[in-house]
Amino acid sequence: MSIERHEIEKLATLARIAIDDSTINEVSERLGSVLELVDQLQAADTSGIDAMSHPMQATQRLREDEVTELNQREALQATSPDTEDGLFLVPKVIE
Amino acid sequence: MHNLTIAELIRGLQSKEFTSVELTQHFLDRIGSLNPAYNAVITVTAEQALKAAAAADQRLAAGNAPALCGVPMLHKDIFCTNGVRTSCGSKMLDNFIPPYNATVVENFEAAGAVVLGKTNMDEFAMGSSNETSFYGPVQNPWDTDCVPGGSSGGSAAAVAARLAPGATATDTGGSIRQPAALCGITGLKPTYGRVSRWGMIAFASSLDQGGPMARTAEDCAIMLSCMASFDDKDSTCIDREVPDYSATLGQDIKGLRIGVPSEYFSEGLDPGTEKAVRAALAELEAQGAELVEISLPNTGLSVPAYYVIAPAEASANLSRFDGVKYGYRCEDPKDLQDLYTRTRAEGFGEEVQRRILIGTYCLSAGYYDAYYGKAQQVRQLIQQDFEKAFASVDVIMGPTCPSPAFKFGSKGDDPVAMYLEDIYTIATNLAGLPGMSVPCGMVDNKPVGLQIIGNYFDEARMLNVAHQYQQVTDWHSAAPEGIL
Repeated sequence: MSIERHEIEKLATLARIAIDDSTINEVSERLGSVLELVDQLQAADTSGIDAMSHPMQATQRLREDEVTELNQREALQATSPDTEDGLFLVPKVIE
Repeated sequence: MHNLTIAELIRGLQSKEFTSVELTQHFLDRIGSLNPAYNAVITVTAEQALKAAAAADQRLAAGNAPALCGVPMLHKDIFCTNGVRTSCGSKMLDNFIPPYNATVVENFEAAGAVVLGKTNMDEFAMGSSNETSFYGPVQNPWDTDCVPGGSSGGSAAAVAARLAPGATATDTGGSIRQPAALCGITGLKPTYGRVSRWGMIAFASSLDQGGPMARTAEDCAIMLSCMASFDDKDSTCIDREVPDYSATLGQDIKGLRIGVPSEYFSEGLDPGTEKAVRAALAELEAQGAELVEISLPNTGLSVPAYYVIAPAEASANLSRFDGVKYGYRCEDPKDLQDLYTRTRAEGFGEEVQRRILIGTYCLSAGYYDAYYGKAQQVRQLIQQDFEKAFASVDVIMGPTCPSPAFKFGSKGDDPVAMYLEDIYTIATNLAGLPGMSVPCGMVDNKPVGLQIIGNYFDEARMLNVAHQYQQVTDWHSAAPEGIL
């Protein structure tokens, strides 16, 4: 099983990963091999079975709406590749 | 000193046979001289370690020392450490210095442990051989032509090579148990929600769980007592009292009902591995346990279900690595799209990219129900298998992995060959159950692991069984050649 070139291109766009043209065939082949593995799921009889999203069937805990974290902008932005005046910098978006 | 267990080191420190500074320097020296051969440790924090050791010695002298006071440890490089590079084995985070500690790191700090450094791992914990690390593969101390397993291969190899008496690790599909088996040490993946995931870099959030690696079950019990906690910062952490896991190690195992799943002894299992595991079961039977044949009929579906659920969650979790807030950024991006797509293409390795693409595919419009929805239903079936089994047995046992450590590159180009390495470990993650691996024999001078699967929050019983087994066997104290 392999995935069509246009599908790989669509996935690459959705996942925001640049895929080099010269490797598309290889990527397609290996993804195909994994999808062949996961396609074994289709044979399972799951009629009437609920989907399981969390092992403990836990529900989201709620808390009082109180401030628990202090602003640490400087410490957090210190790890960024590029900031200025407390803002994250990226290439120009609007012409 | 490096051959002493954590339990023995604690006694030695408290009775002043040696100081924490001496102990810490000894392990730092070992890392300096032996680590180049294994590549198990990728960051050494010598200065901080010696400072922490000196502080530990003062507390020991004052007589108010907490549980692990002065004991050296290593952290898997997936746990955020304040001020110390946390790479997750990836180029993407090669320059990332977290401004905070993971809860697990805080817990060890509060217990007085001394952190020697951070261990190598498969990139973003995606791998079963440590070959996907940006920092190069880890060599298995038992045979340096072989993989140590993964993703916690650095932690496992470091403990096996006596570079530290214990190390933290994480397990999403077998990443504690499989490397523990391949390196001949003891490792435990707790029940999902037992150990806080806060500050543990996320791979697949509904499966990831941190746990201890050490040489003995007794040491894992000491480590888990400190590692497990309820944590408000992790919304899936379970609010439940943490028992003293060391307190129940001595119970005898007469009448223990051990479920032996036929599916874990089917084709694909190496005969030498089977022999070692059967011998371990016979040993436990001789101690009074009863073997009960059981069936986990949906075992074969666990790998396919996992390779939908884990990549789907990973594709969402790893979307945060965009070259803006932290981590790697490509050179000279021409626009924002280029910044995102090239940063991610250059910052992530091949396996990580593959899993993001698979996850994106399974979650994309038109495929969601067929893949993700179906996999979650199958996950329910797998959990029901265990629920039925645990109605009649106390623990489940079998091999941890199909064969001993394999040679670098031997799984070839097909990712699926590597994925099948986790066939016996993945189901417990899907169900959220605890599992551990205990050394139980050798094949061609390479270790074999016995897997013990427990019911939810039954870690105390698993550790008790493993400890009792280790009282009458000595596979756990075997050391690789050249280590002693």
